[in-house]
Amino acid sequence: MSVTFVAAPKRLLTMTVDGQTIKVPEGTTLLQACQQRGIDTPTLCYLENLTPVNVCRVCVVEVEGSRTLVPACSRKAEDGMVVKSDSDRVRASRKGVLELLASSVDLSLASPEVHQWMERYGAEPDRFGPSSAPPPGNPRDRARPGEHVPADGLAAATVSQPAKLDNDTYIRDYSRCILCYKCVEACGVDAQNTFAIAVAGRGFEARISTEFDVPLPDSACVYCGNCIGVCPTGALMFKSEFDMRNAGTWDESKQTITTTICPYCGVGCNLELHVQDNSIVKVTSPLDHDITRGHLCVKGRFGYQFVQHRSDGSEAQQ
Amino acid sequence: MDLRLGVGGPPTSAEKAAVDAVLGDPESSWLGGERTAAGGHIARGGHSARAQRHLLLPALQAVQASSGWVTPGALDYVCTRLTIPPAEAYGVAAFYSLLRTEPAATTVVHVCDDIACRCQGAEALCAEMEKRFGPPSEPGDTRAVSWVRSPCLGRCEQGSAALIQRAGQSPEMLSIAPASVAKIEHALGNGNGSKPLLDPTSPVRTDPAHRRLLRQVDVANPGSLSSYRAHGGYQMLRRALDMGPQGIIREIKEANLLGRGGAAFPTGLKWESVANNPVRPHYFICNADESEPGTFKDRVLIERDPFGVVEALTIAGYATGAERGYIYIRGEYPEAAERLCEAIEQARTQGLLGASIMGSEFHFDIELHRGAGAYIAGEETALFNSIEGHRPEPRNKPPFPTQAGLFAKPTGVNNVETLANVLEILRIGGAAFAELGTPTSTGTRLFCVSGCVERPGLYELEFGATLGELIAMAGGVSGGRPLQTVLLGGAAGSFVGPAALGTPLTFESVRAIGATLGSGVVLVLDDTIDVTDILRRIAQFFRDESCGQCVPCRVGTVRQEELLARMISRRPLGSPERELALLMDIGGVMRDASICGLGQTAAAAVQSAVSLGLIGGPSDGDRVAQQ
Ligand SMILES: Cc1cc2nc3c(=O)[nH]c(=O)nc-3n(C[C@H](O)[C@H](O)[C@H](O)COP(=O)(O)O)c2cc1C
Ligand code: SF4
Ligand code: SF4
Ligand code: SF4
Ligand code: FES
Ligand code: FES
Repeated sequence: MSVTFVAAPKRLLTMTVDGQTIKVPEGTTLLQACQQRGIDTPTLCYLENLTPVNVCRVCVVEVEGSRTLVPACSRKAEDGMVVKSDSDRVRASRKGVLELLASSVDLSLASPEVHQWMERYGAEPDRFGPSSAPPPGNPRDRARPGEHVPADGLAAATVSQPAKLDNDTYIRDYSRCILCYKCVEACGVDAQNTFAIAVAGRGFEARISTEFDVPLPDSACVYCGNCIGVCPTGALMFKSEFDMRNAGTWDESKQTITTTICPYCGVGCNLELHVQDNSIVKVTSPLDHDITRGHLCVKGRFGYQFVQHRSDGSEAQQ
Repeated sequence: MDLRLGVGGPPTSAEKAAVDAVLGDPESSWLGGERTAAGGHIARGGHSARAQRHLLLPALQAVQASSGWVTPGALDYVCTRLTIPPAEAYGVAAFYSLLRTEPAATTVVHVCDDIACRCQGAEALCAEMEKRFGPPSEPGDTRAVSWVRSPCLGRCEQGSAALIQRAGQSPEMLSIAPASVAKIEHALGNGNGSKPLLDPTSPVRTDPAHRRLLRQVDVANPGSLSSYRAHGGYQMLRRALDMGPQGIIREIKEANLLGRGGAAFPTGLKWESVANNPVRPHYFICNADESEPGTFKDRVLIERDPFGVVEALTIAGYATGAERGYIYIRGEYPEAAERLCEAIEQARTQGLLGASIMGSEFHFDIELHRGAGAYIAGEETALFNSIEGHRPEPRNKPPFPTQAGLFAKPTGVNNVETLANVLEILRIGGAAFAELGTPTSTGTRLFCVSGCVERPGLYELEFGATLGELIAMAGGVSGGRPLQTVLLGGAAGSFVGPAALGTPLTFESVRAIGATLGSGVVLVLDDTIDVTDILRRIAQFFRDESCGQCVPCRVGTVRQEELLARMISRRPLGSPERELALLMDIGGVMRDASICGLGQTAAAAVQSAVSLGLIGGPSDGDRVAQQ
């Protein structure tokens, strides 16, 4: 006997988004409902291949009857819901969230959309004053929960700190980290199941860390690079890209992207080879791939050196 | 899951013993046990080990007590036993302020410098501590004895408080209140086994004839179940078992009881939605995390009437169909936790917990969980995560706890004081209870009165008394000085001025003036107190206690503290008006876009102070300049 499982047909809900009545299937998020209406909603901690953590709060919308704003990325539509995605409260909160983030984190390598949203909402991160100089060393990694040096207010505290360079594959520059939890999710149950990193500390000193902040080679990391694949701010970066940026040779206008299939095993993950000056400079994978959802293993992600083994014996730059 | 273990090296034998005392002996060599012929082939990791994740925090606490910090070797051993990735366990350990994750002093004295103690000279005490013990501890400080400033230790009515945390062979936690350097030195010199240095007459001010929630305080012996029963204890459980769950819920609804933990949610509705949820099992939690600065009511109830808490929680479990109850008590309340532990033990031996309670079909037991220094763990969904062995980060709601709470099962959560009301409702009946107070604020309320009053302490009042009447009962402002302002509801509450003295202390009247009763804090400030200093401490508190999950609160609390510092030092960025507008904007995004009540209320006190003109007006700087 063969059994075919058919998903129960989804009930249609009627709701209002910015004054317009729409019908959406049960289970739709407010983000999807906004998309259906063609409304662009900023998101930072949301990614379609990860479980929503709804922590960044940049996607908030107003729902009639709700005391506070709600995160569009995870809140499910309900019958009769009245949603406003562009009210004064929504705009003020989105502006505020972007300002607070940009005043404390280096967003210079975040995607162009982030900068467009900042413009759209009129975010002025320097309202909080000049950024404080990074403290020597990285005291954030040793910060004790519930303690901090009282602020004098003359400069705005930031998460500025030196990048962590502890292996040959990728670097971690947490001065760019917005604490979106995406890397933790990708390293954990949403993809890799390795759990090499987690959030440690709390409050402004909350940070992504291995146990006791040990270097990656001493941690459980298997260098799949899936955390790099989901990081929205450039905090996690191929060592090759980091070195080229430092050398001033990184030039995306000179790069081509070649889509291919990983040669190593039978899964058939799609690879996107980013090539500059005839050398592979980084490897990504499309999020919408049926099987891998953009996630790879160490071989597909970093095992491309053999391609660059020149017949004359010279190696392409890393 | 592929754990990388062993990097931290082995635990010391003391650490292993401390962890085994919590987790039981390891079953096989895979889990760090003795290598025996048979054991070498059995691995009981997997589900059975992972199902014990709720033991993570107790195990970490055992390591902390043994070594003075959570060492890599011990963390590794705990992770092996429970099949938890070390990075996650470290993330949990590094959340709590009573745990250390690098070498630290074996004895740490936590000295309260929070809002109520500040009014009574906390800074002077800290200065004396510095003279005697050197500067406060910083990361990496491994002096034998060190000290740190602490948020409110829940002994505000005493005017000063300290907590000694001692690790080693016979670890202990010891409260001292009122605190002085001499008393602290004495306690340190006495070595282990010293008795708590607490003022035994910790003031409960309401006269016995008017006590309802405090009925058993100083009547029954808090260490003896038979004394409690001799004074009428456990009669309400008997009555509850006769009424049946639906009957109880009907009474609670008729009583119109609102939660006393801060959110004022109708208790009857909450119980009903847990009881009616078809998903099983159900859990019921007594929230005794009491960390709101200025609050000490739950501690008094627990220390002086622990059986009342156990009885009320048992009734709540029965009414909502739960077979397991939890009490989550803050880590800074060692004496209260000890009392509860004894009470639970005694109730078990007399068949008042366990199988077939009082000969009925009802089975119920209570687990006691101790916090480890985190205000946010009192937020109900953060509390679930804390018990489950995760970082106490609040969850997004919906789903609500009554749908998916502890271990994702339907869960009821009530504050200690709310539960105390349940006994009174069963005693006099829901209808009679509803006659007390006002129609929308029924019953009595515990008020934690501290600061500049003649008789600080715990007051039980029928709803309806005004703020002025309460302060008069407390003997008025100390020394007859003029009242400057009152902080109602704690750090998450708001300031009200002398104009509010005529306001009845009911949910509705206080809300009407834009304030909240919160956890019942009434902190009275006379004209000598520098309110900006109190505000700054409040801002520091929220910055320290934010879990850090969401941007508005994680960064907003930092910016709020910075801005207040500029206002106080009169070094505004641009004009003072611009600073005020910025302050309001920060408050707005925290209130509107934060995940939980911490961020949503982190600006409330500051903003109320602005609207009262206590700060930001022309006068505040002058007041500061005078001092
Ligand atoms: C930051 C924060 C801390 C809290 N701390 C406590 C607490 O220590 N004790 C408590 O009973 N409720 C606390 N609450 C409220 C709880 O989330 C919950 O509403 C309450 O325990 C429900 O009990 P009740 O209905 O009896 O008031 C806190 C809430 C927040 C947002
Ligand atoms: S590279 Fe892979 S294993 Fe290593 S931290 Fe990133 S996601 Fe985890
Ligand atoms: S490192 Fe990147 S992915 Fe990870 S939390 Fe920070 S910003 Fe997000
Ligand atoms: S509001 Fe603050 S405490 Fe609450 S979840 Fe957000 S960061 Fe954590
Ligand atoms: S994208 Fe919704 S909260 Fe971050
Ligand atoms: S014990 Fe010091 S403020 Fe509460």
